[in-house]
Amino acid sequence: MPDFFEIARHLTAEEQTVQRTVRAFVDARVLPTIGDHFERGTFPTELIGEIAGLGLLGCNLHGYGCAGLSEVGYGLAMQELERGDSGIRSFASVQGSLVMYPIWAFGSDAQKARYLPKMAAGEIIGCFGLTEPDAGSNPGGMRTVAIDDGDSYVITGTKRWITNGNLAQVALVWAKLGGQDGPVHGFLVPTDSKGFEARLIHKKMSLRASVTSELIMEEVRVPKEAILPNVKGMKGPLSCLTSARFGIAWGVIGAANACFDSALDYAKNRVQFAGKPIASHQLVQAKFAEMLTQISGAQLMALEAARLKEEKKLRPQHVSMIKRNNVRVALDAARVCRDILGGNGITLEYPIMRHLCNLETVSTYEGTHDVHTLILGQDVTGISAFE
Amino acid sequence: MKILVSLKRVADPDNANKIKVTPQKIETTGLEFKPNPFDEYAVETALRLTENAANTKQRLGEVTVVTFGPKEAESTLRAALATGADKAIRVDATDDALDGDLVARALAKLIETEKPDLVLLGKQEVEGDANQVAQLLAEYLGWPQATFAGSIKSEGDTALLVGREIDGGTMNLRVTLPAVVSVDLRIVAPRSVQSVHTKADHAYPEGVRFAALMAIMAAKKKSLTEVKLTDLTGDVGLKIKYTGFEPPPARKAGVKVKSVSELVEKLKTEAKVL
Ligand SMILES: Cc1cc2nc3c(=O)[nH]c(=O)nc-3n(C[C@H](O)[C@H](O)[C@H](O)COP(=O)(O)OP(=O)(O)OC[C@H]3O[C@@H](n4cnc5c(N)ncnc54)[C@H](O)[C@@H]3O)c2cc1C
Repeated sequence: MPDFFEIARHLTAEEQTVQRTVRAFVDARVLPTIGDHFERGTFPTELIGEIAGLGLLGCNLHGYGCAGLSEVGYGLAMQELERGDSGIRSFASVQGSLVMYPIWAFGSDAQKARYLPKMAAGEIIGCFGLTEPDAGSNPGGMRTVAIDDGDSYVITGTKRWITNGNLAQVALVWAKLGGQDGPVHGFLVPTDSKGFEARLIHKKMSLRASVTSELIMEEVRVPKEAILPNVKGMKGPLSCLTSARFGIAWGVIGAANACFDSALDYAKNRVQFAGKPIASHQLVQAKFAEMLTQISGAQLMALEAARLKEEKKLRPQHVSMIKRNNVRVALDAARVCRDILGGNGITLEYPIMRHLCNLETVSTYEGTHDVHTLILGQDVTGISAFE
Repeated sequence: MKILVSLKRVADPDNANKIKVTPQKIETTGLEFKPNPFDEYAVETALRLTENAANTKQRLGEVTVVTFGPKEAESTLRAALATGADKAIRVDATDDALDGDLVARALAKLIETEKPDLVLLGKQEVEGDANQVAQLLAEYLGWPQATFAGSIKSEGDTALLVGREIDGGTMNLRVTLPAVVSVDLRIVAPRSVQSVHTKADHAYPEGVRFAALMAIMAAKKKSLTEVKLTDLTGDVGLKIKYTGFEPPPARKAGVKVKSVSELVEKLKTEAKVL
């Protein structure tokens, strides 16, 4: 995919090396087997060690064995990972942005020391339990509760659609403290706790190379030190989501790039009618012109957002805009690319259908497309349309 | 062991369609570059020789990477520093003012001050495919050489057992150090390099290592010095003169055959391979 606006000139030498390195890693290790994993519905656990060894887990955090990348560097790393597969990027997003980040930002010193270095090294895997069967777009409607019982908390509830659930040693569970009307708090729950069960969700047609689980907690007792001490209310989970969504907005550009490259190569070589490649037809060229425009725009928006983030001026609404826009751009591009490949487009011999299926999840999780529409609508009008 | 590795960036072959060829020169502006693959293998070899694979963060020796190129080529050196090399030297020059002989003479001079035990090079650079720097360098230095190394077993700081890839097999050579060795593709197979530090049965992942992101950030702080070509040699004359450039001819369209017998016939009479 051409770097149409030459954004490479805005990248530092380190950021360029980060991008090249992750790209080479994905080419060598992810692409050869990811189609098979997708078909079998398995996550490539054999890659966890190398992903961690590269420093991809929590790579924009500083200290505790984390790489301390710039926000642009982090975005590029996510972009290259998702050029491989959204499932791999999701694994890294959950570990880094949804579990390590809140520990780093809201945890006690003891929690940071206990979890962050081992999570960066991939020795402890985490999952993020916010969504419930009856609380998705409105996570504030969660039913999971944590009851104060002297020297421990007792957690009861069910979380659903939890990425990494069956891989994780620790679950960051968001629950209402004291009962249904209590404030939301985060709890670091070891997954081998009594009363904790993770059940794999099967029959997925999307994000198949990723572990998705249901977490069932029946009076799971955790010590008092398990609570994240420095955040209270929905601000906790929402700030994690802002961090992860930023990575998603970069990541999907990678998926779009993979589809674009595959379709362009195909179109130049596929000959139909009068001995000419399909890329020579105006209708096909129009598709590429539109995709190039949209994907380049998505990339520029992501870059601008990263700069705002580095200047500490990034608002959640900016992130809503780039998550909403860039996922839609990638999904639209994947659909168009699928079409360009004709019958071949529906197979796993090419990456497009896999990305297309994956992007359906990416459009839904971390705030659906329309939920971000409402966030932006509220930002513009000052009127909430959620209820 | 102190190892010096020469490393060059080459135009990314994926950009082949962007290359403009005029009769006078090949235009490289606007191209993306990547390290010459054989040079990357040489860096990987140097790293494997100077570490215990159980702890690749600690370098048990010194690896210096050298490139001849413009300022922009420093990112190639930084990337090598990120994978574990200790220091880097850039000899300021542009490709059109260099040939293999000049590079070999300048390297020989640099080696006088750097005093490595071993010089590792890629067997050839994939742009010009000349395959001559290692051989010329060994001659200028008066050192033993082993080219096309597919395997290296270190015998400490005194000698190396090198398996050279030759037609139909492998030629095993023992070279005493200091020496010049050029490497071939198979040197990055999991068990091709045996250092004295690593357990003999260790298997590396296939290929060259990836720099850790943390190391990429830390590489900024490693030493990278610039040397003028004229400080290394007074004679910057070239022995290779290019008389003209032209793009390779476009491939002719193939023909479709109707039957197996027609195919066999064409293979016999036209392709003359049967
Ligand atoms: C593969 C996968 C992995 C996931 N991983 C995680 C994870 O690791 N951790 C986690 O906590 N969650 C995870 N999720 C859950 C995800 O965040 C939710 O699915 C998402 O928030 C949507 O919730 P829902 O599925 O309940 O849909 P719903 O909230 O029921 O939404 C259904 C539809 O209604 C629309 N809608 C809802 N409310 C409104 C409104 N007010 N106005 C207009 N339209 C509205 C939505 O836009 C959507 O189109 C994952 C989901 C998937 C599919």
